[in-house]
Amino acid sequence: MVHVFLIHTLRTTKAEEGLCRVLYSCFFGTENSPNDPQPHGAERDRLLRKEQILAVARQVESMCQLQQQACGRPAVDLQSQSSDDPVHLHESPCGAFRLTAGDPFQEPRTVVWLGVLSLGFALVLNAHENLLLAESTLRLLARLLLEHPRLLVPTANLLLRADCIEGILARFLPHGQLLFLNDQFVQGLEKEFSAAWPR
Amino acid sequence: MRHRTLHGTRPGTLHGTRPGSRRCCGLFSRSRQSADCEGCSPGGGGGGSGGGGGGGGGRMFTTGAESLLRQAREIRDEELGKFCARVCALLRKEDWGPGAVDALRRLFLIVSATKYSRRLEKPCVALLQTTLCSPTCPEQLQLLCAAVLREMSPSDSPSLSCDHIQGTRQLDLVASVLLAQGDQQQVRSLGQCVLKVLESRQPEGPSLRHLLPIVSKVTSLAPDALREEQTRALSKRLGDWLRYASVQQGVAHSSGGFFSTPRARQLGPVTEVDGAVATDFFTVLSTGQRFTEDQWLNVQAFSMLRAWLLDSSPGGSSAPDVDDRSELEGSTLSVLSAASAAGHPLPPQEWLQEKAFEYCQRLLEQSSRRALRKADSDLQKACLVEAVLVLDVLCRQDPSFLYRTLSCLRPLYTRLRGDPAWVRALLPVARFFLRHGEAAAVDAEAVYQHLFTGIPAEHFHSPMLAFEFVQFCRDSLPLLGRNLGVLRTSFPNLFKFLAWNSPPLTSDFVALLPSLVDAGTAVEMLHLLLDLPCLTAALDLQLRSLQTASERPPWDVSIRAPGCLEAFRDSQVQGLFQHLLRAQASGTAERLTPLYRLLQPLAGCARVVQCAEAVPTLLRAFFSAVTQVSPLPGASVPAAEGRPEPGPTGPQLPRWPRGRSVTADRAAHTSPGPAPVPPRTGAERSPQGSSSQPGPEQRCSLGVGRSLSLSLSSPQFADGVLASQLALLLLERSDSLYQVPGYEAGVHRVLGSQFPALCKLHPPLVVEQAKELLEFVGGPRGGGHVLASVVWAIGEYLSVSWDRRCTVEQINNFFEALEALLFEVTQSRPSTTLPKCPPQVISVLMTTLTKLASRSQDLIPRASLLLSKMRSLAQSPAPGSVCGEDAGAVRTRATELLNLLKMPSVAQFVFTPSVAASEPRYHRDTNTALPLALRTVSRLVEREAGLLPG
Repeated sequence: MVHVFLIHTLRTTKAEEGLCRVLYSCFFGTENSPNDPQPHGAERDRLLRKEQILAVARQVESMCQLQQQACGRPAVDLQSQSSDDPVHLHESPCGAFRLTAGDPFQEPRTVVWLGVLSLGFALVLNAHENLLLAESTLRLLARLLLEHPRLLVPTANLLLRADCIEGILARFLPHGQLLFLNDQFVQGLEKEFSAAWPR
Repeated sequence: MRHRTLHGTRPGTLHGTRPGSRRCCGLFSRSRQSADCEGCSPGGGGGGSGGGGGGGGGRMFTTGAESLLRQAREIRDEELGKFCARVCALLRKEDWGPGAVDALRRLFLIVSATKYSRRLEKPCVALLQTTLCSPTCPEQLQLLCAAVLREMSPSDSPSLSCDHIQGTRQLDLVASVLLAQGDQQQVRSLGQCVLKVLESRQPEGPSLRHLLPIVSKVTSLAPDALREEQTRALSKRLGDWLRYASVQQGVAHSSGGFFSTPRARQLGPVTEVDGAVATDFFTVLSTGQRFTEDQWLNVQAFSMLRAWLLDSSPGGSSAPDVDDRSELEGSTLSVLSAASAAGHPLPPQEWLQEKAFEYCQRLLEQSSRRALRKADSDLQKACLVEAVLVLDVLCRQDPSFLYRTLSCLRPLYTRLRGDPAWVRALLPVARFFLRHGEAAAVDAEAVYQHLFTGIPAEHFHSPMLAFEFVQFCRDSLPLLGRNLGVLRTSFPNLFKFLAWNSPPLTSDFVALLPSLVDAGTAVEMLHLLLDLPCLTAALDLQLRSLQTASERPPWDVSIRAPGCLEAFRDSQVQGLFQHLLRAQASGTAERLTPLYRLLQPLAGCARVVQCAEAVPTLLRAFFSAVTQVSPLPGASVPAAEGRPEPGPTGPQLPRWPRGRSVTADRAAHTSPGPAPVPPRTGAERSPQGSSSQPGPEQRCSLGVGRSLSLSLSSPQFADGVLASQLALLLLERSDSLYQVPGYEAGVHRVLGSQFPALCKLHPPLVVEQAKELLEFVGGPRGGGHVLASVVWAIGEYLSVSWDRRCTVEQINNFFEALEALLFEVTQSRPSTTLPKCPPQVISVLMTTLTKLASRSQDLIPRASLLLSKMRSLAQSPAPGSVCGEDAGAVRTRATELLNLLKMPSVAQFVFTPSVAASEPRYHRDTNTALPLALRTVSRLVEREAGLLPG
């Protein structure tokens, strides 16, 4: 079960100006424990969720930067690709790390991430999720989002294309459920999506 | 071109008041214009940038997003109100064209861009909800409405309800909003709604497949949302969907030509991933061109199966009773099953388990087929993992599955272990054997042997496998039991994952270390931890040596330093490399100094530096596992805990880093740079007292006991011998490290803080190892951290009260050595080659000399002379030695010590308090010795200090 899906900006180094920005995020359900001793009110809960997402985004960004540095790849490499070139998702940096209970989520979680161009994609999962499935789902989502016409050029468009992201998530990650979809199922869903979305 | 387009976004048409402008991304611009521009901007951007914009592409993305986000955040309430009015107008007249889509997209951005709540007018929210539930509204718009409502949640006044919604699509949308509210009651009623639709068995009814993920989510959020009979009914249907989905492909509807009537075309049976016609029932690994509804349900059912089995297991609520069978016959719900298979002989839960078992068996068979498509071959692996995990759940719930499961997992294991491509699938299989091996008489040990010796060495460079493997180790700890030894002796191999992937794995290893370390391997492990960056470099070389020159990327360091690679194959250092890259603990630790020199060209590599940054954290975890609790019985003197700090003469050590939390460690990785650490003195970090000291017998059994408790607070096991060994190792390695930028300083900080902890654990070690300590203070040494803590430990523990074997001669010898050292560090001319001596070291040296003098009173005149020299030296410091504030601190300390030495009995009391001083009554009773004495002393010291010229 996926807890959160998020897309955020990815800077190549910490030194680069600007901040890590969350461009899109979706919580699937919430983890308010029923016996929360202090209900905080809606506004604080919402604030907490936003902060949790940002905390994940920042960690993903760091992990991606560190992995890129460790591979000895020059900083520009990740982003030098023109967005018109086909993106090779299998060469994109990707990884996973654990979030301990209470930091930032109540329960322990696993984060699987993928860095493509200047974007980070991440799934926050329950601790014992099938990571092979999660990883391939994340790649699939990233591919669909990248392939959808003009979604990423420039990112500003992504901010104004929530419907498209929602449409993809509703099909390929309904309510955060990871699906075992073989290639033909994926193609079927893609066709259905293209038909429903005017290009 | 692209630049101009993005600039256009910045001024933004915030109010939409410039109808003629061509701003394309202004949040409030009219939809028609923005739609136009969306068409033109990307094309323009792509064409314009051509080859020129290359490296800036990423930044350009960010800039565009940044300015849009800022606009969205800065919108004021009245502006938002006007905008909402426009949205409402569109929705009210059901104008569902591109204008509405565009407006809702912007509204979503405005609501989601800020972490603070945005208030929308009530009518606007109501309209969004109406549109969401409208059966005729286009999906695109509905998803946007749902997204806006979801982004506003949790909200205090939700008014959306699922009670009267019939269509599955609407229910799906409403569910996404309700689930985001996080209200348990709502989640439960949503569960009931969905169940109602699921139960309303309409033959051509709404597509049920959209509902299953909701059920899955509901049961995970509120396990009690479904009633028991509902759970049972759904279990049975899940079993049916799993096992009895159609094996024919879906019907393709061809619209027909002008002359022919539309007709449906049957596409034939589904196929396997390798293209063969399906040999058995449908699964997620069966393919075709079109799929029927029940095949979709099959996919959904398998996707939620494992969680459902766990959540719906009767173990959670009540055990399945005998009534089940009879109830089943007459149950109205039992006829709900949409698919075939009339008459179920089993109660629903067992029925589902049986079908799940068959399904998994079939997946195992299907996963051995050669997939035609890459994506399917990935799915095969994921399915195999899931199947094994499901089988594990089944066998835990009902051990009678065990024998049937083992008969298929044994050949599977044999197949997988020979194929590197399937290595990640091997982990759940191994875990299965771990959990059930004993019952099934499987030689689990052989399985771990293969796992721990082969996989890390060959696959350390795969980040995902590394993560999974370490998770596997963590999760398996409770299962390993008496086989924990295999894990423990494999630490050199496991450290390869860590050395290569330190940022994501450091916190996992911090948690794992207490279970990995035991008395037998502690020394070897400490050596390897200190050599971890060197291991990273060696692994790098190993990996490169397997590649041909042409495969290496142009920025490869080994091209600049070809000598490294040659040396890697050189027979002279081969032995050292092999030792460093060993798979299992060898019981010895070779000195790797020749390798440090050889691998020096790689020391600047980012990966090596990252690993070096992780080592201090790991060292702290290591020492905390080793030294956590109490000193051992049999030590020659009573316990040290609770011993009060002797007032002003306590060690003024440099600032010791506090043992950081796992979180802080990750933070250290996320934001490279020195993290502020709170001050802590060496003595403070000493272990907490423990009244129940484990006896020797208990200690022997700790190895097994600890395997079961995974917390860091497991009892320590370092006895005197081990503490001495570690202390000496620490001294020896403090100047024998791989030279990575910043590494030595970080390691010294930890080693410096750990030396007193080891001494406290086993105080006699200072007397026992007097020779080595004398050599250390007399020999060449590096940073001040280790030196200061060694000197402090000498002053603290070189005393008959800690070890009766301590002689006056020993005290005199140390006094002389330290006197020489103090002389050396303060008198020597400033030199460019030697680092300046920190004032802390000078201060600790003076204190220790005074302490020693108080124990051998013949030395008092010498100590006094020395201290007055220091005082005058600090008043007119030699250029470059100590200066300013530091000189002042040294002077004050020297004065205090001098005053104390004037009264030898007081000095002895303060510097070497009797062990009884640690008893509570010394602190509680104002008339007994300690507080009174301390007050008197401090008054004395202050008065004397006050008489001196400032």
